[in-house]
Amino acid sequence: MSALGRWFDERLDWDDLIAPLRHKTVPTHRLSYWYFLGGITLFLFVIQVLTGILLLLYYRPGANEAFESVQYIMTRVRFGWLIRSIHSWSANLMIFTAFAHMFSVLFLKAYRKPRELTWISGVFLLFLVMGFGFSGYLLPWNTLAFFATKVGTAIAGQVPVIGKPLMIFLRGGEEVTGATLTRFFGFHVAVLPGIATLLLLLHVLLVQRLGMSIPPKLEVQWTANPSAKREMKFFPNFLLRELMAWYVALGVLGALAALFPWNLGVKADPFGPAPAGIKPEWYFLFMFQTLKLIPAKVWFIDGEVLGVLAFGLVGLLWLLLPFFESDQPSHTKGWITGLGVFALAYMAGMSVYGLLAK
Amino acid sequence: MAFLRNKLRPFSAAHVALAGFVVLAACLGCGQSYGQTTNSCLDCHSALPDPLGVSQEKFSQDIHAQKDLTCASCHGGDPTSDDPDKAMSRKAGWKGKIDRKQIPQLCGSCHSDPAYIRQFNPSLRTDQLGQYRTSVHGKRFAAGDTKVAVCTDCHSVHDLRAPSDPRSTVNPVNVANTCARCHADADYMKGYSIPTDQFAKYSTSVHHQALAVRGDLSAPTCSTCHGNHGAAPPGVDKVENVCSNCHAFQAQMYEKSSHKKAFEAASLPGCVVCHSNHGIRHPTDAMLGTGPDAVCMRCHSPGDACDQARAGLLSSLGRLDEAVKSADQVLRVAESSGMEVSEARLGQDQARDSLTKARVTIHSFRTDLVDQDIQAGLKIAANNLQVGKEAMVERNHRRVGLGISIIAIGIVLAGLRLYIKKIES
Repeated sequence: MSALGRWFDERLDWDDLIAPLRHKTVPTHRLSYWYFLGGITLFLFVIQVLTGILLLLYYRPGANEAFESVQYIMTRVRFGWLIRSIHSWSANLMIFTAFAHMFSVLFLKAYRKPRELTWISGVFLLFLVMGFGFSGYLLPWNTLAFFATKVGTAIAGQVPVIGKPLMIFLRGGEEVTGATLTRFFGFHVAVLPGIATLLLLLHVLLVQRLGMSIPPKLEVQWTANPSAKREMKFFPNFLLRELMAWYVALGVLGALAALFPWNLGVKADPFGPAPAGIKPEWYFLFMFQTLKLIPAKVWFIDGEVLGVLAFGLVGLLWLLLPFFESDQPSHTKGWITGLGVFALAYMAGMSVYGLLAK
Repeated sequence: MAFLRNKLRPFSAAHVALAGFVVLAACLGCGQSYGQTTNSCLDCHSALPDPLGVSQEKFSQDIHAQKDLTCASCHGGDPTSDDPDKAMSRKAGWKGKIDRKQIPQLCGSCHSDPAYIRQFNPSLRTDQLGQYRTSVHGKRFAAGDTKVAVCTDCHSVHDLRAPSDPRSTVNPVNVANTCARCHADADYMKGYSIPTDQFAKYSTSVHHQALAVRGDLSAPTCSTCHGNHGAAPPGVDKVENVCSNCHAFQAQMYEKSSHKKAFEAASLPGCVVCHSNHGIRHPTDAMLGTGPDAVCMRCHSPGDACDQARAGLLSSLGRLDEAVKSADQVLRVAESSGMEVSEARLGQDQARDSLTKARVTIHSFRTDLVDQDIQAGLKIAANNLQVGKEAMVERNHRRVGLGISIIAIGIVLAGLRLYIKKIES
C-alpha cells in the first residue's frame, strides 16, 4: 500500500470499507455479459451529469435565448460541439441500454424474490430516464422539439381527471411557450437528477446487498451440484471487465459525436405551421404509433383516453411483475418470459412502423 | 329541334310562343307551391331549357342574388305576382330579354351610381362604364360593332360571382381564359387585324407560370397590363410604364440609361424589345450572351464597345453565380457532415440578393454600377466559402482526434485485458 493509501486507511479504515466488495462474487456463465448493461447505463448517466454541467456554463433557458445559446455552444465554444453531441448521443444510448438492461433482467429472471425492490426501483429509473429525454428534448428550442413537446404534453392531457391540470402544470399554461421551456429546464437539471440520484443509490445499494442473480436453470444445476458453480471476484476482476465495457462505450460515444454531431435544427416558431409527419423521439415512438392506430372512439370511450389508460395499466403491471413470479427457481413462470418476448416484439415492431409511417 | 339543342338563336315568334306555353305549363304544374314565392320568375324559368332557363341553384350563386336583387332588377316586371301575364307585363315594366346594345348602359345604371353601390360595397369602384367607353371594346361598341365584349361576356350572367371568387370568370387566375374565348378564336377575330396567338404565348410565359402554376395572385394577367374595363393596347410609348408598375427598380435603371433615348428615337417599345410581351420567358444571363437566347447582338455589332461591355457584364454575372454556387456546395457538404454552418448558409441569401441586384442593375447598361453589386456579392460569397472550408478543416481535425482517441482507448483496453489475464493467472 502506498503512503497516501496508508494515510487514508489510518483515517477511514479503507480496507474495512471495501471488504464487502472484495468478498463479493459474480456468477460466471455463458450469459454473464448481460451483467455489464447496468454498469454501462450507470457510466452513461455519469457522462450525462458531467457533460450536462459543462453545458450549463453556456446554456440559457428562455424562448429568446435557448436556441442561440446552443448554437453558440456548437460553433463558438471550444469543444462545445463535442460536449453537446456527447450529451445528446449519450442520452439516447443510455435510454437504449436502460431498456436492454431491463429486458435482460426480465429474460434472466433476475427480478425474482428477493430482488423485487431492485426491479421496482429499476423500472422507476427507466421512467425517469424517459422523463430526462422528454424534458431535455425541448431545451434547444428548435421546431421539431417544440411541436413534439406540444404533442407529448397534449397526450398527457388525455389522462382522465388529472389530465388537464397535468398538461397545464407541464406547459406552465395552456400552450407550449417560453414558460414551458423554463419549467422543463428546471425538471431536467434539478428535479429529475435529484430523484434519479437517490433512486440510483438505492438501486446500486440493493444490487450490492443482494448480489448478482443466477439464471433459474443454472441455479437449479448449481444447487444440485455445487462443484459446478463458477464465480469471479467482483473486485477487481469483474470491475476491470466493466471498465473495459465503459471504455468501449466511450469510444462509441466519441465516434458518434465526431462523425454525426447532433443536429441543431431550425429555431422554433410558435406561430409557424407544424412540420409534416412530426414524430417523437424513438423511445416514445411505439406508444405514439399505438395511439395513432386506436380509433377515435372505442365503444363510448375516447380512443386516446383509452390508449393512455391502457399504457398506464400496462406500466403498473410491469412494475408489479416480480409479484406474479414463483420464488422457486425450478417453478418459474414461462408466460412471463412469453410476455417479455411479446412486449419486446411489440415495441420494436411499433417503433419501426412509426418510423416508416407517414 | 333547334330548341332542344339549346340553339334558340335568334328568337322566332314560334319559339317564344312555345316557350310561353312551357312556362304556363310549368307554372300550372307547380301545384301546392304555386303562389307561395316572391320571385315567381324562377318558378317557371328553372324548368326551361337554355337560354331561357335559370335554375334556382345557378341564380343563388350570383352576387346580385346574394345582395337580395331579383330578376326584376334587370328585366323589370313584377316577380311577386304569380300570374305570368301580370309578372311579365309591359305595364309592370317588364323588359324581356335585354338587348345586347343596352347591356353596358343597364349595368352602368347601378354600377355608375356611387350612392347606390355604397350600400352594398363602399369600396367598389363606380367608373366601370366610363372606363368601358374609353376602351377599344367600348369605342367599337359605340360605333355599332356588337361583336365586341360587353359586361356579360366577361362577367357572365345569372351566375355572376365576385372577382375574388376562384370560380369567377374574372378571378385573376381565370382572366386569361376569359379573354382568350374571343381573342384566341381566329374565326371570331377575323376582320380585326390583330393576332390571336396572345393566349398561346402567355401560356408559355413566366407570368402565367407564376399566376396559374405557383398560384401567385400578384402575377400579371391580361388585365394587369391592358386594363380591364378600359382595356386597350398599352402602346409603344407606354410599355415601360406598364412594366414599371411591378418591376420598379428595373424601370428606374432603364429610365436613366442610354437605351431609353435610343429606343425612343427608333420608336421601339422599351422593355418589349428584349423581353417580348405576351410570351415573356424567365430572363437568364444567356440574354447577354451570343447564343440563341441572346438579345444584345440583335442590334449591336460584334467587337464594338457595347459588345465588349456585354461580354464584361456576362462574365461578371457568371463569376458571382459561380462563387455563390461554390460556397453553397462547400457549405452543403459541411452541413451534411454535421457541422454547424447555419449562419453562413443564411449569409448566402445576401450573396444571392447581390446577384439578383446585379441582374436588375443590368437595366442601367452601366458596367460600373453592375460591378458594385458584383463585388459586394463576391465578398460575401468568399466569406461564406471560407467559413465552409474552415468547417471542413475542423471536421477533418475532429476525425483525426477521433482516430487518436480510438487508438488510445484501444491501448487502454489491451492493457486492461493483459492486466486481467495477469491477475487471473
